[in-house]
Order: sequence, then C-alpha cells, then structure tokens
Amino acid sequence: MSFVHNFPGFSIVLCMAAGIISTPMKGKHARRVTMAVVTLVFLASLASLSYVLKNGEPFIYTMGKFPAPWGNEIRAGVLETLLAAFFSLIMLLSLAGGMDHVFQDVKEEKINLYFILIDLLLSSLLAIIYTNDLFTGYVFVEINTIAACGLIMIRERGRSLIAAIRYMIMSSIGSGLLLLGLAMLYGFTGHLLMQPAHEAIVAVEQANGGALTVPILITISVITVGLAIKSGLYPFHSWMPDAYGYSTISSSSILSSLVSKSYIVFLIKFFYRVVGIDGIRDSGILNILFVLGLTGMILGSVGAIRANDIYRMIAYSSIAQIGYVYMGIGLGTALGMTAAVFHILTHASTKSLLFLSTKGLTDVSRNQRRFHYLQGAAFRDSFSGVAFLIGSLSMVGVPMLAGFISKILFASASLDAGAARTLSTLIVLAISTILNAVYFLHTVIRIYTPVQIPEEVKDKKSRTGLAAKAALLVLILINFGLGLFSQPVTDLIQMGLGMFS
Amino acid sequence: MSKIIGNPEDQFFNKLKRWVNGDLDPFEGKLESKHLREEEVKGRDMLDPDLLDKEQVEEVLDHVEKNLLLRSYNFMYKLGAVALCLLLISLLLLTVSYLPKFGSADNPTENEVVQRYIEDGTDEVGSVNLVSNMILGYRGFDTFGETCVLFIAATCVLVLLKRSEKEIEEEKETDWQYEPKPDMILQMVTRILVPCIFLFGIYIILNGHLSPGGGFSGGSVIGAGLILYVTTFGFHKTQKFFNEKTYEVAKVGALCLYSITMSYYFYTGANMLKNIIPLGTPGNLLSSGMILPINIFVGVEVACTMYAFFAMFRRGGM
Repeated sequence: MSFVHNFPGFSIVLCMAAGIISTPMKGKHARRVTMAVVTLVFLASLASLSYVLKNGEPFIYTMGKFPAPWGNEIRAGVLETLLAAFFSLIMLLSLAGGMDHVFQDVKEEKINLYFILIDLLLSSLLAIIYTNDLFTGYVFVEINTIAACGLIMIRERGRSLIAAIRYMIMSSIGSGLLLLGLAMLYGFTGHLLMQPAHEAIVAVEQANGGALTVPILITISVITVGLAIKSGLYPFHSWMPDAYGYSTISSSSILSSLVSKSYIVFLIKFFYRVVGIDGIRDSGILNILFVLGLTGMILGSVGAIRANDIYRMIAYSSIAQIGYVYMGIGLGTALGMTAAVFHILTHASTKSLLFLSTKGLTDVSRNQRRFHYLQGAAFRDSFSGVAFLIGSLSMVGVPMLAGFISKILFASASLDAGAARTLSTLIVLAISTILNAVYFLHTVIRIYTPVQIPEEVKDKKSRTGLAAKAALLVLILINFGLGLFSQPVTDLIQMGLGMFS
Repeated sequence: MSKIIGNPEDQFFNKLKRWVNGDLDPFEGKLESKHLREEEVKGRDMLDPDLLDKEQVEEVLDHVEKNLLLRSYNFMYKLGAVALCLLLISLLLLTVSYLPKFGSADNPTENEVVQRYIEDGTDEVGSVNLVSNMILGYRGFDTFGETCVLFIAATCVLVLLKRSEKEIEEEKETDWQYEPKPDMILQMVTRILVPCIFLFGIYIILNGHLSPGGGFSGGSVIGAGLILYVTTFGFHKTQKFFNEKTYEVAKVGALCLYSITMSYYFYTGANMLKNIIPLGTPGNLLSSGMILPINIFVGVEVACTMYAFFAMFRRGGM
C-alpha cells in the first residue's frame, strides 16, 4: 500500500488537530497554523489526485483496523480529490483575500477562535467529500453547520447575530431531516456504509420488481429535502441573503462558495453511491429538484435585481446559482451531472472573486453598501474594479470565462434529456442570463461612472493589500483557466462520476 | 353565561398567546425572584414616550391592523404551515408503518455487522462493554468527530459570550451581586456531595470498558459537580483549583492526546501494521487497549466543556 493512501484521512485529522492546538494561541500564531494547514491539505489533495489518475482507480482507506461494513472508511476517487484540492485552494484564497478584514472585524481576543472555526470547517468539508459512510457524513455535516454559524456571528455587528440565528434554525431543520432519513435508511437496509447500503437497496428494489418501495422513496426524499435546505435550494433560501451579506468577507466568501456546495456534493454521492443513479432517475425525485432549480434561477435573479445593497445582490445571485446546480442534477443525465459539478467549481471561484473585490470597492466608498455610494468606486480602487468586472462577466456568461462554459454545458446537456426538459432548460437559461446581465452590468456601469466627491469626505487610498491583490489575481486566473481549458476539467469530472458507480 | 366563560384574559389560549408574545410572565408574583436592578428597568422603557409622535404610532398600528392584504397573508401563512406539518407528519407515520417490527430476528439490521460486534467485539477490541467497542473501536472515527462537535460547540459559545479581561476587570465591582451568598446548609451539603459526585464520575469513566458508562456520561457527571461547586462557593474559591489556565491545559491536552491516539490507530489499522497498545485480559481494569485512555480524554473534554458553558453564560470568563 502506497504512502499516498494516508493523505486523505490524515488531512482530515490534521485539520482537527490544528483547530485543537489553536485554542491557547494568540490570533497571529493561529493564523499561521491555519494557513500552513490549508496549504498542506491542498498539496496533499493534489498528490492524491495525481496518484488516483496514475492508477486509474479509486482507493479506499479504512479509518482504523476494521474494514467495511464494520468500521469507518473513506474513499478517494478522482472527483473527491479534485474537489478537495479545489475547495482547499478557494479557502486559502478567500482567507488571504479577507485577512485584513478578519483582523478588523473580529475582536482581538476572539481572533484565534475564528481560525479554530476555519480549521474545523475545512476538516468537515474534507470528510463530507471523502466519506464512504453515511453516518460519518452526518457527524461532519453537524460540525460544518456549527462552524458556519460561528463564522457568521463572530462579526457581532449589524445583523450578523440575526443572520446566525436564522441560519441555525434552517440548518437544524435540515440536519434533523437528514438524521431522520439516515435512521430510517438504517432501519430498512441495516447498513451505514455506502456500498453495503447500496447493495441492500438494490436487493429490495429487485424484490419489488425493479422499482423503489414507498418507505425507501420517502426516506430518500427526506434526506434530499434536508440537504436541499442546508444548501439553500429555492424555497429554503430565506437564510442566505443575511448570512452572506453581513458576515466578515472571508466568511461570506467561504460560506457561499464552499459550505453550501459541500452539501450538494454529499447529495450527489448519496444519489450515486447509495441509491444508484438509475433508481433515482426512475423515482421522480429529480423532476422536483429540476423544477425547484428552474424556479430558483429566475426568482434568485429577481431578488438580486430588487436588492439595493451590493452584498445582498451577490447573495441573491448565489440562490440563482444554486438553482443552476440543482437544475443540472435534475436533468438526470450523466452530462447534466457533469455540468452541475462543473458549475460548482465555476461558482466557487467566481463568487469568492466577487465577494472579495466588492469588499475592496466598499472600502473606498466610506464602507457603504448601497449602490448610490459605490458610484465611481472602480476608479478609486482600480484593481478591485477590474476583478469585479471579470467576476460579473463570468457570472453573466461571456466567452473565455468559466461561467460561459457552465452555461454551454447545461444547454448541451439538456438536449438529450427529453423534449420538455430541453425546452424549459433553454428558455429559463436564456431568461436567467438576461436577468444576470441586468443586475451585474448595472452594477458594473455604476462603479465605472465617474463622480466628483467633495474633498472633505474623500477616503484614503485603496486599502487592498498585497496578499488580497494576489488572491484576486489567482482567482481571476482560475476563472480564465476554467473558461479556456475546460476540456481536461470536464474529463476529470466525468471520470470521477464514472468511478462513483 | 359570562360566569362560565370568565374573564377572556384568563382563558388558556389567551394566556398562551400572551406568554408566546412575551407579555405575560406566569411566575410573576408567585415565585420568589430577584428584582431587577434600576438600570435594567430603565433600559426596558428606553423608548421615551415623549419623543415618539403618538399620532404617527397610532397610524402605523392602525395600518398594520386594518391592512387586509397583510392579515390575509398572515392567515394563509399559518394555514400553510399547519398543512405542511400535517403532511410531513402523515408521511412519516406512513413510513413508520413500514418499519420492520422491533426485535424480530429477520430484521435487516440483524446482519453480519451486528453479529461481529457482539460475537467478536470483546476479542478484537478488548472491552467487555460492547457499546464501548462499537463507538470507540469499530466506529472510532465517528466518535472522534462527535467529540469535535462538542469542541466546536464550546468554541461557538466562546465566540458569543467570551469577554476580554478588561471587561471582566471593569465589572469586578458589580460582579459580587451575582455571586452566591454564604448559605450554611447549601455549603455543608455541597462539601459532602461534591467529592462523591467527582468520585462517581471518575468511576464511570474508568469503568467505561467494563460496565455501561464511559467518557461522555462520566464527564458530564464531573461537569455537573463542578457547576454545583461554583454555584455554592462562587468563582473566587473555584478559581483556586480550576481557572482558565487549568481549563486550557486540561482540554487542549486531552484533545491532543486523543487525536494522537486516534492518528496512531488509523495509521496502524489502515496500513496493517502491528498496534503496540496491549489489549490485556478482558474484564480487568487495565485492559481493552486504547479504550481506557480515550475514555479518560473524552471525559476530561466533556467535563471542561460543561463547566465552560456554565461559566460563559454566567460571566463570560472562567
């Protein structure tokens, strides 16, 4: 057994240990530990990715000496390692980009707590991605929820406490449903590990003449709804604008680009590894996800147009983007799923770029979030202005950028998904693109409109530091990279999804 | 007629509604309770009635009460919520009717997994308590995660309630009001009880691999003992043996050792290496390999967390 096999499991434990030893540290030291750990995790995930690619098959790592179905285990395939590497990279960039603001927004005695939360959040993200065991997934979903809640409320200003309470309530309902569903699933299958549970479900299915039985169908829907609530699918989105709009900027960026996505990854894993994608396709659950995804795409964008505050606008746009992902899952084809996973990557890189650059823009506009005050902000902080422009163009779907590839993938995936789906996907995709253009370009025009500011209220020069600029630059490059060299990435995703079943 | 109905204010649902809205305190005047300090009373009426334009307030309230759209929305909202809950309840009840009968031998849960846990557990993991085998041996990773849930919950409480040393120092003069008064009966009982509680907690932890119990339950017993001590004698006395420094050393030490133990277990287990922790004879106090130390680590962590919750809510520091 190669030494690389240890990397995924030990990345998880390393993050937890980093959180633990940060407890008695001062904020600055905790920051160093966290940045080092996130970088290490990124490198380890890259190493595992190349190892899996070289071997051409996923590997299983038992956490302890007992194999499945008795003990816990994790599984690293192409998709898992790719997502782990990508998530840790985005987390590193979000932290680097918003570090100055973390030290401004968080009270001095609590800064080390911020990094503990980040460490444990990363460990839970990794565990949710890698897990091959449903209950391990639940335990780390719980850590994820509590850590995210702490990341929202640590700012302790404005509406962040209300936002945290809303998030806690909605998320707890989601966790409750997930736990309920897993308990029922255990009752029907007798297994918590994904592979044996899948075999038990297939046995039940065959005994029932090839269709899922009613109780298992209800169980799957309960789990799906729980995870949909936690990721913010359309009718369960009410917590998102506040949670993303009022926390410190690194938290907003991490929450919108990583935390909500991790639940979608868990859902995809659940569909593929536990239920089996054919069973899901026949069950009709995907139809509901498809319709909700389409509704979210339109209504999220409408909410973003109506928002009069730039952070809330970006948060509403996240609702629309989550809608895109669920629409892709709802198409029910392998291509649709590939498009959904690719959009997870697109949205993660673009949304963090948008959040970080917006912070630069509001910094030079007397810290005001209303559009009125942002007029001409791009001239006051040209770097953030350019970053925001590129992020907006990517979200709208301009060629050469990641968003364009996502939309092309969704559109082409819809073509062989049945006439009704093709038509509705294409129409809604077109409307949504126009709506995206309305609110993003409206903002871009606003920040590039010159304005005379009286001398006495003029701000200091741009406060975007060197690290933040570097982070923005890397995010821009990732966006271009996903847009220009999308073929290798989609190949990797397809290979990873193929390894799931 | 009016006699039967009585005062509408006293009807159960009216009372419940007022209690939910925060207008009614059912214990007011019935229970002995601390009187609010003067500043707090003032804080409650912070909206100075002279400053508000009464007519404007009336207008807004009028508008809210008579707005048909708003009222019908509120009504529909409640109706929708009730309908949704009923739907969910009926769906779940339907699923319950399909669940396999509890305890019957041909349940899906009675499979090779449970069989190995019961038949080989004591030989493979080393503890007589099968539950300990399961949660700390077979599924040790989940339990490590569960301990981290507790750790992060405590961190979040710190995020909300922790106060800087400066703030605690500033409040020092008024802090005595919240400290317990020297009550002879209470102190005497506590002096006798607390050592017994601690001993019982330690017993539960150390016997976790021999009898029902373990780190989580024993730790919470010890934590409850600490809380009893601090509510009787106050922080000043408690800090002599349990202050922030002891808390951090104990908690961080326990969690670090726990993660080192688990890493060793994962590493040796997954790579098929020999685990040098001896299993011992099942049934002895010093047996069961890593389960005894893990129980101790978990117990320390849980006790510290319980006490930290209390201390944070009480004064924002240890």
